[in-house]
Amino acid sequence: MRSFMKKLYYDVKKCLGCKSCELACSLAHSLTQDIFKAIKEEKKSLPRKKVHSSKGNNYPVSCRHCKEPKCVDACMAAALYRDDQKDMVVYDQERCVGCWMCVMSCPYGAIRPNILTKLAIRCDKCQDKDEPACVKACPTGAIIWCEEAEVKV
Amino acid sequence: MSDAKQKSVDVASQQMIEQAEAQNIKIVWDRYDTMQPQCGFGQLGICCRICNMGPCRIDPFGEGPQKGVCGASADTIVARNLLRMIATGAAAHSDHGRDIAEALLLAAEGKAHDYGVNNPVRLREIATLYGIKLDGKKDLEIAGEVALKALSEFGQQEGELRFISRAPKKTQDLWRKLGVTPRGIDREIVECMHRTHMGVDNDYKNIIMHGLRTALSDGWGGSMIATELSDILFGAPNPIKSKVNLGVLKENYVNVVVHGHEPTLSDVVVQAAEDAELIKLAKKNGAEGINIVGMCCTANEMLMRHGIHSAGNFLQQELAILTGSVELMMVDVQCIMPALAELANCFHTELITTSPKAKFPGVTHIGFDEKRAMEISKTIIKRAVENFKNRRKERVVIPQETMDLVAGFTAEDIPYIIGGKYRSTWKPVNEGIISGRLRGVAGVVGCNNPNVRHDFGHTEMVKELIKNDVLVVVTGCSAIANAKMGLLKPEAALKFAGNGLREICEAVGIPPVLHVGSCVDNSRILIACSKIVEEGGLGESLSDLPVAGAAPEWMSEKAISIGFYFVASGVFTVFGTPQPVLGSQKVTDFITKDLENIVGGKFAFEVDPIKAAHLMIAHIDKKRQGLKLKPMMYQNG
Repeated sequence: MRSFMKKLYYDVKKCLGCKSCELACSLAHSLTQDIFKAIKEEKKSLPRKKVHSSKGNNYPVSCRHCKEPKCVDACMAAALYRDDQKDMVVYDQERCVGCWMCVMSCPYGAIRPNILTKLAIRCDKCQDKDEPACVKACPTGAIIWCEEAEVKV
Repeated sequence: MSDAKQKSVDVASQQMIEQAEAQNIKIVWDRYDTMQPQCGFGQLGICCRICNMGPCRIDPFGEGPQKGVCGASADTIVARNLLRMIATGAAAHSDHGRDIAEALLLAAEGKAHDYGVNNPVRLREIATLYGIKLDGKKDLEIAGEVALKALSEFGQQEGELRFISRAPKKTQDLWRKLGVTPRGIDREIVECMHRTHMGVDNDYKNIIMHGLRTALSDGWGGSMIATELSDILFGAPNPIKSKVNLGVLKENYVNVVVHGHEPTLSDVVVQAAEDAELIKLAKKNGAEGINIVGMCCTANEMLMRHGIHSAGNFLQQELAILTGSVELMMVDVQCIMPALAELANCFHTELITTSPKAKFPGVTHIGFDEKRAMEISKTIIKRAVENFKNRRKERVVIPQETMDLVAGFTAEDIPYIIGGKYRSTWKPVNEGIISGRLRGVAGVVGCNNPNVRHDFGHTEMVKELIKNDVLVVVTGCSAIANAKMGLLKPEAALKFAGNGLREICEAVGIPPVLHVGSCVDNSRILIACSKIVEEGGLGESLSDLPVAGAAPEWMSEKAISIGFYFVASGVFTVFGTPQPVLGSQKVTDFITKDLENIVGGKFAFEVDPIKAAHLMIAHIDKKRQGLKLKPMMYQNG
């Protein structure tokens, strides 16, 4: 079983902005899991991670699974809640009413609205995989998957 | 299944893959694994690096940018990238052809004494095609004129390439009507680069139609010149027995692997290795003799003409060095992995580059010069002989596997073989097809690629085709793959072929799978198809024929160019893994559907070799129906 203690960290100096993480994320959350087929799915899988650029640096941005999540506070349908055991913010799609309060309240801009499906697009740390797809896809090692104690500054 | 078995179906390769693992040496499959996941933008062909406003990428999931900075759509970007791949492939084949033509010219001028005319019959045929008057002229005189004519086709600006006239008239007329008849070899390639420069050709259809023209300048131009002029210089191949696979490396011999593509150097190396002085020196150094073996298409060239053993195909180049038994590997151009330099450093193997077009940092370069071919060949072999003493016996692991094969079939000798000297004609093939004994003919060609299990794509597809009475012709790495599997032995017909094909193979004593040469020798298949049309009864253009092509393990841009000249010639062609076009639905539809209504041929992408074989069989059956041929004589399967 995979460790629930691991988190996503970033070495932004290594990020070249290639967007491989975005593509891998879309693919990992697609129905077909095949790039050649996934791009033709009716409801396309949109990336839960986006690379933003600012002042010469690139920042892969996705949900940070905050200890005190603003999105959970803002969610009127209780579709978002924090699972302390898994150390992550969990999203119950069934309950979501598409009010986009989570999108507005996230201080990192890490949640995006999927207008087509009326669902929030946010990182689930690839629960069904041994590690998030973006980590595997990053060609430079800018995306790091480790426990808090292992982080080297 | 063990890891090595997943990587290759070839037992010798499996053994060497395990050796690499045991010695902690990283080889192509390891590098492929490290590269996963590979970039989706690249796989889909929607990354554009053509100008400095970019690089640009189209978001294939539709949310992000759908246009590049210049406004180019996914369709334009995919088509431009594809055209550049065709241009590179055509350039590689054609530049090979140019080198052969230059060697022929030097020989004719008396400046390259190690070469001469070894096939006066073909020389005269080609000279006649070029409109050269033959009366009273000597071979070398004619050879000089042929070489100049051939060389002039590279820089020709207007008109048509001469060998276009060898295609059936109806096919030629269609090309003219569509404006895809190549004018000059270099011109079409240069125009690819111009059209794909920032802000030139944006219409994906227009871009791809020029790709067809460029590819035709390869198949009916550069490649065909390479084949014909090689046959003139080095002699036409005839059926010849040989052996294949890593087991051809010999434990007590000085092993020299000749790897690459052009026969100019390798053909002389074969003679140089018979030099008494060098053999004496080898014996003095403790070896029993000198063993020249081939790798990749150089192997095919030497195998076809001299029966020189082939050590293997593209994915076996590192494995040969890993045996610890290779004194020297000499390389020229194309398909030579940069990884060889570092790998050779782990062993006593000396890597020698010979082409001014292909040097490796830190690797000894002995520049090849046609004027001193024998002298250079001997220098290189001498280095190998002297390196024998550095071989570490405890590191030598040579797989036992070898396989017998028959190679050396050409568009010229097949009629002799099937018809006999006095009625040498394609009639038996045409009649075989018309009567339903033979379903049709398939060309299975192309590379290896670690994204397909090594040799699996080639051999499974070919077995399925011959089981269904399809006569198969093979070239390049596909030929070597099928040879290793024993499919190039006449006995293979008894074991694998359908009843109809087996009857023909037994009657004339040929294997069910014919080795027709190296990758430039795919031009032989075009000529064979044209001759079959000419023979009659199977339609008037190449696209009428019940034939199909495939590149099940393709890797190189040359394969794309080959694919496009077959499609442009009217042949349905299946690639294993898709070409990098799926990022544009329009381009994908154009080359996998619409082209059939334009040129008669089209592409399909199918990585499962059995399914791919059945796509080919279905196409052949469709063509048989179109020609109103009899139903198949036997129901196999």
